[in-house]
Amino acid sequence: MSSPVLEVRALKKHFPVRRRLLGGPATWVKAVDGVDLAIGAGETLGLIGESGCGKTTTSKLILRQETPTSGTISFGSRDIASLEGRDLMAYRRAVQVVFQDPFSSLSPRMRVRDIVAEPLEIHTDLSPAAIDERVGHVLELVGLAPDVAPLFPHEFSGGQRQRIAIARALATDTRLIVLDEPVSALDVSVRAQIINQLEELQKKLGVSYLFIGHDLATVAHISHRIAVMYLGKIVESAASETLCTRPMHPYTQALFAAALPSHPDDRGQTTPITGEIPSALSLPSGCRFHPRCPSAMPVCSQVEPTLRRRDGGGEVACHLYE
Amino acid sequence: MARDAVLQVAGLQTHFFTFGGTRVVRAVDGIDFTLRAGETLGLVGESGSGKTTTCLSIVGLLPRAARIVGGRVVFEGEDLTRKSQRELRRIRGRRIAVILQDPMASLNPLFTIYRQVAEPAFFHQHLRGRPLRERVQGLLRAVRIPSPEWRMREYPHQMSGGMRQRIVGAIALSGGPRLVIADEPTTNLDVTIQAQYLDLLKDIQRETGVALIFVTHNLGIVAKMCDRVAVMYAGKIVEQAPVRELFDSPKHPYTRALLGSMPRLGSKEPLYSIRGQPPNLANLPAGCAFHPRCPDVMPRCMTEEPRDVRPGDGSVARCWLLDDVLTRS
Repeated sequence: MSSPVLEVRALKKHFPVRRRLLGGPATWVKAVDGVDLAIGAGETLGLIGESGCGKTTTSKLILRQETPTSGTISFGSRDIASLEGRDLMAYRRAVQVVFQDPFSSLSPRMRVRDIVAEPLEIHTDLSPAAIDERVGHVLELVGLAPDVAPLFPHEFSGGQRQRIAIARALATDTRLIVLDEPVSALDVSVRAQIINQLEELQKKLGVSYLFIGHDLATVAHISHRIAVMYLGKIVESAASETLCTRPMHPYTQALFAAALPSHPDDRGQTTPITGEIPSALSLPSGCRFHPRCPSAMPVCSQVEPTLRRRDGGGEVACHLYE
Repeated sequence: MARDAVLQVAGLQTHFFTFGGTRVVRAVDGIDFTLRAGETLGLVGESGSGKTTTCLSIVGLLPRAARIVGGRVVFEGEDLTRKSQRELRRIRGRRIAVILQDPMASLNPLFTIYRQVAEPAFFHQHLRGRPLRERVQGLLRAVRIPSPEWRMREYPHQMSGGMRQRIVGAIALSGGPRLVIADEPTTNLDVTIQAQYLDLLKDIQRETGVALIFVTHNLGIVAKMCDRVAVMYAGKIVEQAPVRELFDSPKHPYTRALLGSMPRLGSKEPLYSIRGQPPNLANLPAGCAFHPRCPDVMPRCMTEEPRDVRPGDGSVARCWLLDDVLTRS
């Protein structure tokens, strides 16, 4: 991969939790605890993991809605934490977001034209006529007719609303879109439409995606590379096909074992991992996954494994492969 | 009616009457299916296809605007559509149980787990004191809640999402039901927790022989759980088949499209995308309701409604395409 659009290094975000009334040591939720990621131009990076693993906090840090505790996020050659004024505006133009639920992410009181035009009004000094033209153009890009501009969101179905949200994300000269579970709230028959549309837009515009999801098949389908997150850390990352055909980390293997079959004949009797994701308030010692891991060894509860190169490309953090 | 059928739904029609009865929405419009003991039926469709209304019609929990206008719901030999609410109350929670999507909304935050799991056994089986306590502990153990003796004294907010959903499962089983209706019970759960929960439901079914109706839009869940599948579109069952037949040789273009639009692990092929949007029930197209989105649409589909066709492999589908193939051969 040539120089990445966005590079995340040793990113940490710890939230303080006040639990005791008097004094007492402050406790911390280590939502993101040392994450490295890189997204290339025109590339889709999939981020998967169970709820509470830190996916959404990572995306908020990238969108600069939260400030990291430590670590850097570089866009181009600059650390986004140092951006201010004009440069920060330029960053916000280039990095956009599409949320899960298009019923709550679009204001019911704004017309489609105003929803899509809002980033243009904030970030550019285009004339109203030029804005209208740009709105019409991005609506066409996402497969909507430009004459829907005067309508309100309630006049659209879920799939069409998600298209409007994507149009808004594309309105400025966007280089990276954070897609936070963009199809989970949609009807099955329109999910494929949106996924295909996103892939087409990427081919046409060269935009990069950070695709957050928990449905393995969907994430694997759209992503070039996938990073698997567990309790604030990346435990494995690899090219999508490599990860699907040869998952190495026991957690990744468990996720694949738990994935739903695509045919009744694949109802395997595999026993997925037991138990639930522990609270980020009291992290297990050593490897965070060891209490649920079927192949845990004595060393796993003492030493935390680090990411190392894995066979077939990519990285894995597990004592089994050291 | 088949001798071992637990539930037989025949010609069920449930309509919504809005604007003072001037507007009629045919949410469920003439559906038939039969469910035997120990069998799992998947009810598949998009939002608004009538899955949930079907379930609510069976248990008599329809909202005020809705009415069953035709058909029968025969449960263990009795037609539930002719029962009073009072009689239905004795069946619900005891012989038919319902598990809903959101476990937080089905549990009362102000009562302990014990009180909520005990309620059906208290009212229906009149258990009290120690036998009741033992029953609750047994149920919690059956749904794999660790240390039920003290867990049952806790409140819903002290449990994780997966545990709450298992507790809803324990409440459903508490009356010893013959039929459990599960309406998207795992949509809010993580994949590993979902897999655990689905395996648990299967184990319980194997032990008790309970019949299951699984409402879902996820064909992966159908592939994992169901013996038979009914695909609903705009208030009608457009195809019903044993699960293998459905996945191997789907008959209806809508079923084929749904299967084609499902991403599969390890495949990067572009997904088949169904054009258009799910239909508006208040304003359905003439003829076959799927015709505006159908890739194989014929002139006849726009004017005449297709009827049930049985190609002979245990499946039933409503499509002119199939009708033509059969009459020609």
